[in-house]
Amino acid sequence: MAIETSVTDSLIIAGREYHSRLLVGTGKYKDMDETAAAIAESGAEIVTIAVRRANIGQTPGEPNILDVLPPSRYTILPNTAGCYDAETAIRTCRLARELLDGHKLVKLEVLGDEKTLFPDVIATLKAAEVLVNDGFDVMVYTNDDPIIARELEAIGCVVIMPLAAPIGSGLGIRNPLNIRTIVENAKVPVLVDAGVGTASDAAVAMELGCDGVLMNTAIAAAKNPVLMARAMRKAIEAGRDAFLAGRMPAKRFASASSPIEGLFF
Amino acid sequence: MHIVLNGTPTEIADHSTLADLVAHLALTEQRVAIEVNAELVSRSTFASHTLAPNDRIEIIHAVGGG
Repeated sequence: MAIETSVTDSLIIAGREYHSRLLVGTGKYKDMDETAAAIAESGAEIVTIAVRRANIGQTPGEPNILDVLPPSRYTILPNTAGCYDAETAIRTCRLARELLDGHKLVKLEVLGDEKTLFPDVIATLKAAEVLVNDGFDVMVYTNDDPIIARELEAIGCVVIMPLAAPIGSGLGIRNPLNIRTIVENAKVPVLVDAGVGTASDAAVAMELGCDGVLMNTAIAAAKNPVLMARAMRKAIEAGRDAFLAGRMPAKRFASASSPIEGLFF
Repeated sequence: MHIVLNGTPTEIADHSTLADLVAHLALTEQRVAIEVNAELVSRSTFASHTLAPNDRIEIIHAVGGG
Protein backbone atom coordinates (compact mmCIF):
# COMPACT_ATOMS: atom_id res chain seq x y z
CA MET A 1 0.00 0.00 0.00
CA ALA A 2 1.34 3.38 -0.91
CA ILE A 3 1.71 5.81 1.94
CA GLU A 4 -0.22 8.93 1.18
CA THR A 5 2.08 11.92 1.26
CA SER A 6 1.27 15.40 0.19
CA VAL A 7 3.48 15.79 -2.84
CA THR A 8 1.27 18.47 -4.38
CA ASP A 9 0.66 20.49 -1.22
CA SER A 10 1.11 23.95 -2.65
CA LEU A 11 0.18 27.40 -1.38
CA ILE A 12 -1.95 29.47 -3.75
CA ILE A 13 -1.82 33.25 -3.36
CA ALA A 14 -3.67 35.50 -5.80
CA GLY A 15 -3.83 32.66 -8.32
CA ARG A 16 -0.12 31.85 -8.19
CA GLU A 17 1.25 28.58 -6.88
CA TYR A 18 4.10 28.41 -4.36
CA HIS A 19 5.93 25.41 -2.99
CA SER A 20 7.41 27.15 0.05
CA ARG A 21 5.19 28.18 2.93
CA LEU A 22 7.89 30.34 4.46
CA LEU A 23 7.82 34.01 3.48
CA VAL A 24 10.69 36.18 4.61
CA GLY A 25 11.50 39.81 5.15
CA THR A 26 14.71 41.37 3.94
CA GLY A 27 15.44 43.88 6.71
CA LYS A 28 17.99 43.95 9.55
CA TYR A 29 20.68 41.84 7.85
CA LYS A 30 24.37 42.72 8.20
CA ASP A 31 24.79 43.26 4.47
CA MET A 32 23.41 42.24 1.09
CA ASP A 33 25.52 39.06 0.96
CA GLU A 34 24.06 37.83 4.22
CA THR A 35 20.56 38.79 3.04
CA ALA A 36 20.95 36.78 -0.15
CA ALA A 37 22.52 33.77 1.57
CA ALA A 38 19.89 33.55 4.31
CA ILE A 39 16.99 33.96 1.92
CA ALA A 40 18.37 31.34 -0.44
CA GLU A 41 18.74 28.92 2.48
CA SER A 42 15.18 29.63 3.68
CA GLY A 43 13.77 28.38 0.40
CA ALA A 44 11.32 31.30 0.42
CA GLU A 45 9.74 32.29 -2.88
CA ILE A 46 8.01 35.43 -1.59
CA VAL A 47 10.14 38.16 -0.01
CA THR A 48 9.01 41.44 1.47
CA ILE A 49 10.63 44.80 0.81
CA ALA A 50 10.00 48.32 2.04
CA VAL A 51 9.87 51.48 -0.07
CA ARG A 52 11.81 54.49 1.15
CA ARG A 53 13.36 57.69 -0.15
CA ALA A 54 16.23 57.08 -2.55
CA ASN A 55 19.60 58.32 -1.29
CA ILE A 56 20.08 61.25 -3.63
CA GLY A 57 23.73 61.71 -4.53
CA GLN A 58 24.94 59.32 -1.84
CA THR A 59 26.85 56.08 -2.38
CA PRO A 60 26.23 55.74 -6.11
CA GLY A 61 26.61 52.19 -7.36
CA GLU A 62 25.46 50.69 -4.07
CA PRO A 63 23.54 47.47 -4.85
CA ASN A 64 19.80 47.70 -4.51
CA ILE A 65 17.83 44.99 -2.74
CA LEU A 66 16.14 44.21 -6.08
CA ASP A 67 19.54 43.49 -7.65
CA VAL A 68 20.19 40.91 -4.93
CA LEU A 69 16.63 39.52 -4.99
CA PRO A 70 15.54 39.92 -8.60
CA PRO A 71 11.78 40.04 -9.29
CA SER A 72 12.39 37.47 -12.05
CA ARG A 73 13.30 34.92 -9.36
CA TYR A 74 11.30 36.01 -6.32
CA THR A 75 7.77 37.28 -5.85
CA ILE A 76 8.41 40.70 -4.36
CA LEU A 77 5.98 41.71 -1.65
CA PRO A 78 6.22 45.44 -0.97
CA ASN A 79 5.06 46.42 2.51
CA THR A 80 3.64 49.55 4.06
CA ALA A 81 5.80 49.35 7.17
CA GLY A 82 6.08 52.67 8.94
CA CYS A 83 2.64 53.86 7.86
CA TYR A 84 0.40 55.05 10.68
CA ASP A 85 -2.62 56.08 8.64
CA ALA A 86 -4.62 54.73 5.71
CA GLU A 87 -3.62 57.51 3.32
CA THR A 88 0.14 56.96 3.54
CA ALA A 89 -0.32 53.20 3.30
CA ILE A 90 -2.34 53.64 0.09
CA ARG A 91 0.25 56.07 -1.34
CA THR A 92 3.01 53.60 -0.50
CA CYS A 93 1.21 50.76 -2.29
CA ARG A 94 0.70 52.88 -5.40
CA LEU A 95 4.39 53.86 -5.44
CA ALA A 96 5.35 50.22 -5.03
CA ARG A 97 3.10 49.20 -7.91
CA GLU A 98 4.80 51.78 -10.12
CA LEU A 99 8.24 50.74 -8.88
CA LEU A 100 7.52 47.09 -9.75
CA ASP A 101 5.93 47.71 -13.16
CA GLY A 102 2.30 47.20 -12.25
CA HIS A 103 2.80 44.42 -9.70
CA LYS A 104 -0.43 44.15 -7.67
CA LEU A 105 0.53 42.06 -4.64
CA VAL A 106 1.14 44.13 -1.51
CA LYS A 107 1.47 43.62 2.22
CA LEU A 108 -0.75 46.14 3.96
CA GLU A 109 0.14 47.12 7.49
CA VAL A 110 -1.17 50.23 9.17
CA LEU A 111 0.44 50.63 12.55
CA GLY A 112 -1.28 52.07 15.58
CA ASP A 113 1.42 52.53 18.14
CA GLU A 114 5.22 52.78 18.09
CA LYS A 115 5.74 50.83 21.28
CA THR A 116 3.77 47.74 20.30
CA LEU A 117 3.59 48.15 16.50
CA PHE A 118 0.12 46.68 16.87
CA PRO A 119 -2.04 47.31 13.83
CA ASP A 120 -4.57 50.14 13.74
CA VAL A 121 -7.35 47.86 12.59
CA ILE A 122 -9.80 50.69 11.87
CA ALA A 123 -7.35 52.35 9.48
CA THR A 124 -6.35 48.94 8.13
CA LEU A 125 -9.96 48.17 7.19
CA LYS A 126 -10.29 51.55 5.43
CA ALA A 127 -7.05 51.17 3.52
CA ALA A 128 -7.84 47.56 2.56
CA GLU A 129 -11.14 48.61 1.02
CA VAL A 130 -9.53 51.35 -1.07
CA LEU A 131 -6.70 49.11 -2.23
CA VAL A 132 -8.94 46.17 -3.14
CA ASN A 133 -11.17 48.54 -5.15
CA ASP A 134 -8.04 49.89 -6.83
CA GLY A 135 -7.14 46.40 -8.07
CA PHE A 136 -4.48 45.42 -5.54
CA ASP A 137 -4.08 41.89 -4.21
CA VAL A 138 -3.88 42.71 -0.52
CA MET A 139 -2.12 40.52 2.03
CA VAL A 140 -3.07 42.15 5.29
CA TYR A 141 -1.29 42.30 8.64
CA THR A 142 -3.80 42.34 11.46
CA ASN A 143 -4.20 41.43 15.10
CA ASP A 144 -5.34 38.00 16.26
CA ASP A 145 -9.01 39.01 16.37
CA PRO A 146 -11.20 36.57 14.39
CA ILE A 147 -13.89 39.20 13.83
CA ILE A 148 -11.51 41.68 12.22
CA ALA A 149 -9.99 38.82 10.19
CA ARG A 150 -13.47 37.96 8.93
CA GLU A 151 -14.13 41.59 7.96
CA LEU A 152 -10.82 41.86 6.09
CA GLU A 153 -11.65 38.70 4.16
CA ALA A 154 -15.12 40.05 3.34
CA ILE A 155 -13.51 43.22 1.95
CA GLY A 156 -11.56 41.04 -0.45
CA CYS A 157 -8.07 40.67 1.03
CA VAL A 158 -6.34 37.67 -0.55
CA VAL A 159 -4.40 36.62 2.56
CA ILE A 160 -5.10 37.30 6.25
CA MET A 161 -1.95 37.67 8.35
CA PRO A 162 -2.55 37.79 12.10
CA LEU A 163 0.40 38.56 14.34
CA ALA A 164 1.71 35.86 16.65
CA ALA A 165 3.22 38.50 18.94
CA PRO A 166 4.50 42.08 18.44
CA ILE A 167 6.71 42.65 15.39
CA GLY A 168 10.35 41.86 16.15
CA SER A 169 9.56 40.58 19.67
CA GLY A 170 10.31 36.89 19.10
CA LEU A 171 7.72 35.99 21.74
CA GLY A 172 6.12 33.19 19.73
CA ILE A 173 2.42 32.36 19.37
CA ARG A 174 0.75 34.20 22.25
CA ASN A 175 -2.83 33.32 21.40
CA PRO A 176 -2.94 29.95 19.64
CA LEU A 177 -6.68 29.55 20.15
CA ASN A 178 -7.48 32.76 18.26
CA ILE A 179 -5.07 31.83 15.47
CA ARG A 180 -6.84 28.48 15.17
CA THR A 181 -10.25 30.18 15.07
CA ILE A 182 -9.07 32.57 12.34
CA VAL A 183 -7.76 29.60 10.33
CA GLU A 184 -11.00 27.66 10.76
CA ASN A 185 -13.15 30.61 9.65
CA ALA A 186 -11.10 31.66 6.65
CA LYS A 187 -11.55 30.62 3.03
CA VAL A 188 -8.37 32.48 2.02
CA PRO A 189 -4.86 31.58 3.19
CA VAL A 190 -3.91 32.59 6.73
CA LEU A 191 -0.26 33.32 7.49
CA VAL A 192 1.19 34.14 10.86
CA ASP A 193 3.05 37.41 10.37
CA ALA A 194 5.31 38.73 13.11
CA GLY A 195 6.34 37.50 16.53
CA VAL A 196 7.98 34.18 15.71
CA GLY A 197 11.26 33.76 17.63
CA THR A 198 12.59 30.33 16.83
CA ALA A 199 11.89 27.21 14.80
CA SER A 200 9.44 25.66 17.25
CA ASP A 201 7.26 28.80 17.05
CA ALA A 202 7.04 28.40 13.29
CA ALA A 203 6.17 24.71 13.67
CA VAL A 204 3.41 25.58 16.17
CA ALA A 205 1.90 28.05 13.70
CA MET A 206 1.84 25.39 11.00
CA GLU A 207 0.44 22.74 13.36
CA LEU A 208 -2.42 25.14 14.13
CA GLY A 209 -3.29 24.93 10.45
CA CYS A 210 -1.80 28.17 9.20
CA ASP A 211 -1.02 28.16 5.49
CA GLY A 212 2.40 29.70 6.08
CA VAL A 213 4.50 32.05 8.17
CA LEU A 214 6.05 35.39 7.32
CA MET A 215 9.09 36.32 9.39
CA ASN A 216 12.09 38.63 9.31
CA THR A 217 13.77 39.29 12.66
CA ALA A 218 13.74 35.64 13.79
CA ILE A 219 16.16 34.88 10.97
CA ALA A 220 18.02 38.18 10.59
CA ALA A 221 18.68 38.66 14.31
CA ALA A 222 19.83 35.08 14.95
CA LYS A 223 23.56 34.70 15.71
CA ASN A 224 23.81 32.66 12.51
CA PRO A 225 21.05 33.87 10.19
CA VAL A 226 21.81 31.38 7.40
CA LEU A 227 21.58 28.42 9.78
CA MET A 228 18.38 29.81 11.32
CA ALA A 229 16.92 30.23 7.84
CA ARG A 230 17.49 26.53 7.27
CA ALA A 231 15.96 25.68 10.66
CA MET A 232 12.88 27.73 9.78
CA ARG A 233 12.49 26.01 6.42
CA LYS A 234 12.55 22.61 8.13
CA ALA A 235 10.21 23.75 10.91
CA ILE A 236 7.65 25.04 8.42
CA GLU A 237 7.79 21.77 6.49
CA ALA A 238 7.64 19.64 9.65
CA GLY A 239 4.77 21.66 11.11
CA ARG A 240 2.82 21.44 7.88
CA ASP A 241 3.30 17.69 7.63
CA ALA A 242 2.26 17.27 11.27
CA PHE A 243 -0.89 19.29 10.62
CA LEU A 244 -1.77 17.25 7.53
CA ALA A 245 -0.94 13.98 9.31
CA GLY A 246 -3.38 14.79 12.11
CA ARG A 247 -1.88 14.59 15.55
CA MET A 248 -2.84 11.96 18.12
CA PRO A 249 -5.30 13.01 20.79
CA ALA A 250 -3.56 14.24 23.94
CA LYS A 251 -4.40 12.17 27.03
CA ARG A 252 -3.85 12.80 30.68
CA PHE A 253 -2.50 9.36 31.56
CA ALA A 254 -0.16 6.83 30.02
CA SER A 255 -0.92 4.31 27.32
CA ALA A 256 1.69 1.57 26.93
CA SER A 257 3.32 1.33 23.52
CA SER A 258 4.40 -2.32 23.92
CA PRO A 259 1.75 -5.09 24.01
CA ILE A 260 0.57 -6.46 27.35
CA GLU A 261 -0.18 -9.84 25.73
CA GLY A 262 2.72 -12.29 25.63
CA LEU A 263 4.47 -11.07 28.72
CA PHE A 264 6.57 -14.05 29.97
CA PHE A 265 6.87 -13.05 33.63
CA MET B 1 13.81 77.36 -9.52
CA HIS B 2 13.25 76.07 -6.05
CA ILE B 3 11.83 72.59 -5.38
CA VAL B 4 11.78 70.25 -2.39
CA LEU B 5 13.43 66.96 -3.29
CA ASN B 6 13.00 64.13 -0.78
CA GLY B 7 12.45 66.73 1.91
CA THR B 8 15.53 68.80 1.01
CA PRO B 9 15.25 72.30 -0.54
CA THR B 10 16.91 72.09 -3.96
CA GLU B 11 17.57 74.43 -6.92
CA ILE B 12 17.04 73.13 -10.46
CA ALA B 13 16.84 74.74 -13.91
CA ASP B 14 13.55 76.43 -14.78
CA HIS B 15 11.16 74.37 -16.90
CA SER B 16 12.91 71.11 -16.03
CA THR B 17 10.97 67.94 -16.69
CA LEU B 18 10.97 64.97 -14.35
CA ALA B 19 13.10 63.13 -16.91
CA ASP B 20 15.65 65.98 -16.74
CA LEU B 21 15.74 65.73 -12.96
CA VAL B 22 16.11 61.95 -13.00
CA ALA B 23 18.97 62.22 -15.52
CA HIS B 24 20.63 65.01 -13.48
CA LEU B 25 20.54 62.75 -10.42
CA ALA B 26 21.99 59.83 -12.45
CA LEU B 27 18.95 57.74 -11.60
CA THR B 28 17.82 57.01 -15.16
CA GLU B 29 18.93 53.39 -14.98
CA GLN B 30 17.69 52.90 -11.44
CA ARG B 31 14.40 51.37 -10.39
CA VAL B 32 12.62 54.31 -8.75
CA ALA B 33 9.09 55.64 -8.44
CA ILE B 34 8.20 59.31 -8.11
CA GLU B 35 5.49 61.42 -6.54
CA VAL B 36 5.03 65.10 -7.26
CA ASN B 37 2.99 66.87 -4.61
CA ALA B 38 1.84 63.53 -3.19
CA GLU B 39 0.54 62.35 -6.57
CA LEU B 40 2.13 59.38 -8.30
CA VAL B 41 3.68 60.16 -11.69
CA SER B 42 3.97 57.22 -14.09
CA ARG B 43 7.46 56.53 -15.44
CA SER B 44 6.08 56.76 -18.98
CA THR B 45 5.25 60.44 -18.44
CA PHE B 46 8.54 61.62 -16.85
CA ALA B 47 9.62 63.27 -20.10
CA SER B 48 6.38 65.22 -20.53
CA HIS B 49 5.94 66.19 -16.87
CA THR B 50 7.28 69.74 -16.46
CA LEU B 51 8.09 70.72 -12.90
CA ALA B 52 6.82 73.91 -11.30
CA PRO B 53 8.42 76.07 -8.60
CA ASN B 54 7.91 74.73 -5.07
CA ASP B 55 6.95 71.26 -6.27
CA ARG B 56 7.48 68.64 -3.59
CA ILE B 57 9.11 65.62 -5.18
CA GLU B 58 9.57 62.23 -3.58
CA ILE B 59 11.84 59.73 -5.30
CA ILE B 60 11.58 56.31 -3.70
CA HIS B 61 13.23 52.95 -4.18
CA ALA B 62 13.12 49.48 -2.65
CA VAL B 63 15.02 48.73 0.56
CA GLY B 64 15.20 45.69 2.83
CA GLY B 65 12.21 45.38 5.12
CA GLY B 66 9.96 42.89 6.85
